[in-house]
Amino acid sequence: MRLAILDHGHGVRAKAMFALIRVFSGHPVVDAVKLALYRPSFYRGGGLTQEAMRGPSDWSVADRELMAAFVSKVNNTEFCIAAHTATSALAYKDGAKVSAALADLETAPLTEPLRSTLRMLGKLTRENNVDVDDISRVLAAGVSEQQIKDALAVALAFNVTDRLADVFDFAVDDSAAIKAGAKYLLARGYR
Amino acid sequence: MSDITSLHTALVSRILEGEGQASPEIRRAAFDNEGLAEPVRTFVDKVAHDARMVTDADIGTLRKAGLSEDQIYEIVVCAAIGQATRQYQNALAALSAATGRN
Repeated sequence: MRLAILDHGHGVRAKAMFALIRVFSGHPVVDAVKLALYRPSFYRGGGLTQEAMRGPSDWSVADRELMAAFVSKVNNTEFCIAAHTATSALAYKDGAKVSAALADLETAPLTEPLRSTLRMLGKLTRENNVDVDDISRVLAAGVSEQQIKDALAVALAFNVTDRLADVFDFAVDDSAAIKAGAKYLLARGYR
Repeated sequence: MSDITSLHTALVSRILEGEGQASPEIRRAAFDNEGLAEPVRTFVDKVAHDARMVTDADIGTLRKAGLSEDQIYEIVVCAAIGQATRQYQNALAALSAATGRN
């Protein structure tokens, strides 16, 4: 990581937790966890991310993980693309569907409500804005107002996280660690 | 139904008004991407609009300007949350307009 404090500046409790993670997972501590445990009184974005990704919603966990992967793809954030592609694939039990959605949204085997929502999130992420017509098209595809709010919450969380991952230069883990991370995120979430 | 409003509000007030090593003024300006002096101005705009392209040299420039790692950390967090918040609020405004019209 670009700031040494994010690798080595943690307090005693966080360092003890890193030791436990290394022993029990058999993998190095991923940079996202190091960031989450650095000065939690300041940033502590995990609560918002947890609510957006695991709180009550008409979107499934798998759908929201796909949204996270999709937003990260638009931002071109390698670490988050890898982590959330794996988590979404595991949650859907369908890696091909996730790969297809990220390769070509228009032809992927997705429901129209999900496709139109991803399209809107992509525009928001790329252009920083969407207009009334963009939202109206999502509503016309059968997506509820609350589902749009829930999807926007996912985009908020990942438009923050992607920037932090890129600026702090998170290392992309090997595929075994990414799979282990995906299992952890499904079992335990983001807190 | 999930509601992140209070979590989002608490996060924003924590990073802008909570204890930090960068001044509240610079944190607010990084969040707003407005009213900053160089070299922080160019850096914050890159975090907001082209985070993928940030380099070691960009961080080095901030260090040379006398910023500590913790100050850089806080400025990055504020800039990232600020830009994502503007996107989010733009989209919520469009949603209100769309549902009001329907």
